[in-house]
Amino acid sequence: MAKATKNNTIKLKFDSARNLAPAPESKSAAKINERYELFIDGKFQKPLSKKYFATINPATEEKLSEVADANTADVNKAVEAARNAYDKYWKKTSPKERAKYIYRIARMVQERARELAIIETLDGGKPIRESRDFDVPTAANHFFYYAGWADKLEYAFPNRNAEPLGVAGQIIPWNFPLLMAAWKIAPALATGNTVVLKPAEGTPLTALKLAEIIQEADLPPGVVNIITGAGETGAAIVNHPDINKIAFTGSTNVGKIIQKAIAGTNKKATLELGGKAANIIFDDAPLDQAVEGVINGIYFNQGHVCCAGSRLFVQESVAKIVIQKLKDRMESLIVGDPMDKNTDIGAINSKEQLNIIHNYLAIGQKEGAAMYQSSCAIPKKGFFCRPTIFTDVAQSSRIAQEEIFGPVLTIQTFRTEDEVLEKANNTPFGLSAGVWTDKGSKIFNMTTKLRAGVVWANTYNKFDPTSPFGGYKESGFGREGGLHGLAAYINLV
Amino acid sequence: MVVTKSIPDFSLSPHIDQVGVEERAKRFTTRSIKNETKINGLKLALNMIDLTTLEGKDTDGKVKQLCYKAQHLHDSYPGLPTVAAVCVYPSMVKIAKKALGDSGVKVASVSTAFPSGQAPRDVKIRDTKFAVSEGADEIDMVISRGKFHMGEYNFVYDEIAAVKEACGDARLKVILETGELVTYDKVRRASDIAMYAGADFIKTSTGKISPAATMPVTLVMLEAIRDFYYKTGKKIAMKPAGGISKAKLALHYLVMLNEVLGEEWMNNEWFRFGASSLANDILMQLMKQKTGVYQSADYFSVD
Repeated sequence: MAKATKNNTIKLKFDSARNLAPAPESKSAAKINERYELFIDGKFQKPLSKKYFATINPATEEKLSEVADANTADVNKAVEAARNAYDKYWKKTSPKERAKYIYRIARMVQERARELAIIETLDGGKPIRESRDFDVPTAANHFFYYAGWADKLEYAFPNRNAEPLGVAGQIIPWNFPLLMAAWKIAPALATGNTVVLKPAEGTPLTALKLAEIIQEADLPPGVVNIITGAGETGAAIVNHPDINKIAFTGSTNVGKIIQKAIAGTNKKATLELGGKAANIIFDDAPLDQAVEGVINGIYFNQGHVCCAGSRLFVQESVAKIVIQKLKDRMESLIVGDPMDKNTDIGAINSKEQLNIIHNYLAIGQKEGAAMYQSSCAIPKKGFFCRPTIFTDVAQSSRIAQEEIFGPVLTIQTFRTEDEVLEKANNTPFGLSAGVWTDKGSKIFNMTTKLRAGVVWANTYNKFDPTSPFGGYKESGFGREGGLHGLAAYINLV
Repeated sequence: MVVTKSIPDFSLSPHIDQVGVEERAKRFTTRSIKNETKINGLKLALNMIDLTTLEGKDTDGKVKQLCYKAQHLHDSYPGLPTVAAVCVYPSMVKIAKKALGDSGVKVASVSTAFPSGQAPRDVKIRDTKFAVSEGADEIDMVISRGKFHMGEYNFVYDEIAAVKEACGDARLKVILETGELVTYDKVRRASDIAMYAGADFIKTSTGKISPAATMPVTLVMLEAIRDFYYKTGKKIAMKPAGGISKAKLALHYLVMLNEVLGEEWMNNEWFRFGASSLANDILMQLMKQKTGVYQSADYFSVD
């Protein structure tokens, strides 16, 4: 019979669990044009700038396509089209008719789900498992949900009259390109606004596919305009005098610039910015499920998630066992080709982002924290980062304070509820948090005191179109999703 | 032969979150198992089967035929493994032992007043000793679920320890009958009791109660095995039984095993499927991989 072995010599082996035969999704099921123009006034139009830029596959560093680079004149044209569409048709379209268009878009997103998922993965590097099972279906659900509200606004806001704002300028990030487009466009259309939307320069393709869908859905020209470009294009949208509302999802730095730019104007705004969420495990929590939640919280979408649970707080009495379980679970994660159906962690979205992450890994080690990475091999080409945890992290460490936006988790221990509340709230951000405990009363105590827009209890990273999402403090303001999401696009009179 | 000296308070066994464990179990089923991984997995699954007949109407003839099948799963596919064991009632052990000879296929016998376990302890011990004396290599016992629900964990523990002693060199599989325990919390607690009391295997079900084995229940038990291994250094084997009749589901179980306990458990010393109809579905899939087409069920022997 086996002798009692010291715990630290026992090791489970997961090599064969990671080395499965390739199960690649087929690229040929998606059509990507060699070049994409700007979608303005219902037509794909050549940019006045006459300039284009390339978008690449971060997993292979190969060029996928090139897209138009909109300058100020192009932005003016798009806003003019949106204003014209608002005054001429959309304002006068009955709510029921608006709903029909949005339903049509939702159904077409579903019908072309496979193609959209493949393009999302090729352009952004996220695993096909996620784009197939999360991004695309959740985007379709968002359209369905807001289609339902379009003709029921009088019930959403009883005894008030909900009037649209006019033209909404919407700027979205590279981490959930199609889903963020859905989050922005669906409530704007449901409430009767018209849209100028700019996807991130690194991941424009699914938004352009959505433009094709919108064109095919026969939405009146100019109601939705989708233009591509980088920061300058975004600035031109933000500064355009004929835009009534700015909806932005992205970094806190850019959020601050936008807020400065629109100060003193009549533009309304919702900003959904960065985060550094606390995920808190108490000693009475179901530990195996909590560990799974931590994994989903930080390694979902390579950690490129504004609400990622990037700060883990573990009650000290169970810290050792939780870290052990985390390490085992990390070993079974498959890192590699995002198009393989078994991949859990795909490619980092861009070289710039990979450099930022590597910089933080160096900072963490310099600060004296202990770094642990899964032992998996990573592809030589493309931008990849092993799942990483840091233990021995202090509240004053930079890696525990600043948003890394990568597959990097910091772990701190705590003793009491009060202590962890103070530490969890001790951050300039406040987008989300997680609490793991078997005790209901503790959940309610924590969730009322955590200063975060979303608090998950015994789960993490769950999204539903009916549920509002948004931040406290430097994580932004305004809510998207649910009834609250309608309020961001209307004036109540 | 428990390695650890201190017996834990089983009422403090870890709690399980139902939503979380079911979500995790579902995720294993999204793994896409292809080509050589699939063929290796199917052959491994065949080799992990405890081919089972546990009927009141079992006869010598039935058991002999089953034992032949255990050694000759599908002779038109050369190089196939045998199953791991044939699982029968104690009265059939001698027949099975003779039929299996030196093939390497083990004889497993249920005991302890299977499937209800509603008998006095001395009857259970005699049942076990009889099966072992007839030549059983493995004993599949049932726990006293009634006593477990009454909170009499010491009774359950002592009974398992006594049966283990009666087993001698035979390996002991402890059936929790998870369909009667109902909650994941109780499955976890019963797993801990069984392992600390000396189980070599923990097993989900008798096959007589529905639901039998499910992926989330098996996951809870695999995690209990992992925690026990880290605490004591002792490896415990796992046997889901009942309700696993499709090759695809068997592959999902192997994915789960591989990701929870790792490759050291990926053999029939440490994992078994208790099943009667699974073998033929696996054979059908293996022939499909080989020939590219599905064959009629009539090409595979029904025993």
